[in-house]
Amino acid sequence: MSSVTRVVLAEDEVLLREGLVALLTRFDFTVCAAVGTAPDLLRAAREHQPDLVLTDIRMPPGRRDDGLRAAVALRAERPHLPVVVLSQYVQTGYAAALLDSGDGQRVGYLLKDRVAEVTEFVDTLRRVEAGGTAIDPDVVRQLLHRPRDPLSALSGREREVLALLAEGRSNASIAGRLHVSEAAVGKHVGNILLKLDLPPSDDTNRRVLAVLTYLRSDPLR
Amino acid sequence: MTTEHPSHLAEALRSRRWLLSAWPWRALAYLVTTVPIAGILSVGLLVIGAPLLAAVNGLRLHGRPPSIALLLFLAMGSLTLLALAPIVSFPVAAVERWRVGLVDGRPLASSPWPGLVARYRSAATWREVAYLFWLGGFAPVAYWVFLVLVLLDLGMISSPLLAGDANQPVVIWRPIDSTGEAIPYAIVGVLLIPALWYAAGLLAALQAAVVRWVLARPVDAAALREVARSRTRLVGAYEAERRRIERDLHDGAQPRLTSLTLQLGLARLDVPEDSPAARPLAVAHDQARGLMAMLRQLVHGIRPQSLTDLGLAGAVRELADAATVPVDVSADLRDELPEIVETTAYFVVSEALGNVARHAQATRAAVRLTRAGGDLVVEVTDDGRGGADPARGTGLTGLADRVAAVDGRLLLSSPPGGPTVVRVELPCRR
Repeated sequence: MSSVTRVVLAEDEVLLREGLVALLTRFDFTVCAAVGTAPDLLRAAREHQPDLVLTDIRMPPGRRDDGLRAAVALRAERPHLPVVVLSQYVQTGYAAALLDSGDGQRVGYLLKDRVAEVTEFVDTLRRVEAGGTAIDPDVVRQLLHRPRDPLSALSGREREVLALLAEGRSNASIAGRLHVSEAAVGKHVGNILLKLDLPPSDDTNRRVLAVLTYLRSDPLR
Repeated sequence: MTTEHPSHLAEALRSRRWLLSAWPWRALAYLVTTVPIAGILSVGLLVIGAPLLAAVNGLRLHGRPPSIALLLFLAMGSLTLLALAPIVSFPVAAVERWRVGLVDGRPLASSPWPGLVARYRSAATWREVAYLFWLGGFAPVAYWVFLVLVLLDLGMISSPLLAGDANQPVVIWRPIDSTGEAIPYAIVGVLLIPALWYAAGLLAALQAAVVRWVLARPVDAAALREVARSRTRLVGAYEAERRRIERDLHDGAQPRLTSLTLQLGLARLDVPEDSPAARPLAVAHDQARGLMAMLRQLVHGIRPQSLTDLGLAGAVRELADAATVPVDVSADLRDELPEIVETTAYFVVSEALGNVARHAQATRAAVRLTRAGGDLVVEVTDDGRGGADPARGTGLTGLADRVAAVDGRLLLSSPPGGPTVVRVELPCRR
């Protein structure tokens, strides 16, 4: 990173908010504001113009998807604003809403549990800030578990690759995770794109978006 | 169809043993108790019909109708009675519904007094009023006919005894002179007794059928709505409670646990790999993460993630791996289990292993999962000190409740000194 990343953080539970501040500070992010409600998030983000917004989904006042809606509203104002939302459990619809906002890139949808994997979590934040897209593997797994899904054509290993692909990882990163050669990953990705009838491309992020778009347009939904 | 134990008279009448059963007497009791009620009602009916009778009589006897004043007076009386009929019919209908129990084992419920206005407005009321007219009109006529038949039959039977009398008894249509002449009549009379019994039974059955048809409370839409509403209320309350629990967990327990796990994760970053604290910290971190996942599953109202991912046997092995004492797992499960059974079995094992850790002071434990007939059998044994008592803690009773909820059984053997066996049988009917 050339400069320090400035973050606006929104999480209504004080303990977790403080924990997240500690985590971000530790990894050299600057936390401009740490707030507990959706309106405060909107205010703080407009005031500080951060490099990254990290927000919980369920927050006051409505305690429903207020955080997500605030994030989508912010991205409507600034289409390139990197946003990562934390969800208590998998809601594919939330991920879709986020991907549909702004320019469809620089978004992250993660389960809150991922916060516990400190270094991975920070990596994800950095990836999103750098223009990537990160969708929680559980979201993808849920899609993969759908009965009669066209994805059933994929082999087990291809599903693993697809899940990592959806996290916005490069072939090299996927190869590292699965302990296989990068060439093998490239072959898997090619097969996946072929089986899902998607045009191959070199751009990591576009690959992810292509896959996710395909998943979202699942006729069974 | 003829059943062993007919539930009502009409059914009993078809039985060949009808005359030998208690039913004829029940029918008789029903008929006899009808008499006073029908009698009173028929008087009321006559009063209501009085203006018409007076007019007809007046025409017949004097060639002109009676005076307008008299007719008005009579009409006022009958209108008053008509207006009161809905009120009178309420107790009568209640008595009739109760009385039909003499010849009908299927109870007819009476509704409580609905209030005066509602009484006049409900269709059921006017059915009851119609019943009053029927009982007051039909019953006296039918009963008189029946009574005449009974008296004739009695006359025939007793004719041999009376034949010698000075005033010649008349049986049906001709005088009888001698005892010998009367004998055939008497025989016929005796033979007619069963026929009369059957007639009584038929009469009672007819009446009871009318009562059922007219007075069986039609399903009341208002009551149904009320029932549906209260069910909705109940389900609503239950749902609200579930939502409250979910919210409390989501807004309270989950973020704190996430925060705790995060802190552990941060701590791990600062603890060198070779430090003695690194290993327990890593274990604590892993356990906190596992707990986060489990809590998320519970809050979301699904089942433990491990069940979904690994199936029952795999999930139980996970539990065994996390236990504080070595646990042997043997699973012999070929076909799929219903989801609720899997979940229940999982919690049984989880709770039982928790008890082993907390109370048993055991050195080993074993979990067996087998299919016996249509049941899944879960056995958790440990070599601890035994003496587990359901009365002492809520764990076992809570477990038993959970098992009972799926129609299963929980068996416990825990003599002092051990070993303890918890055996749970869960039926797998789909």
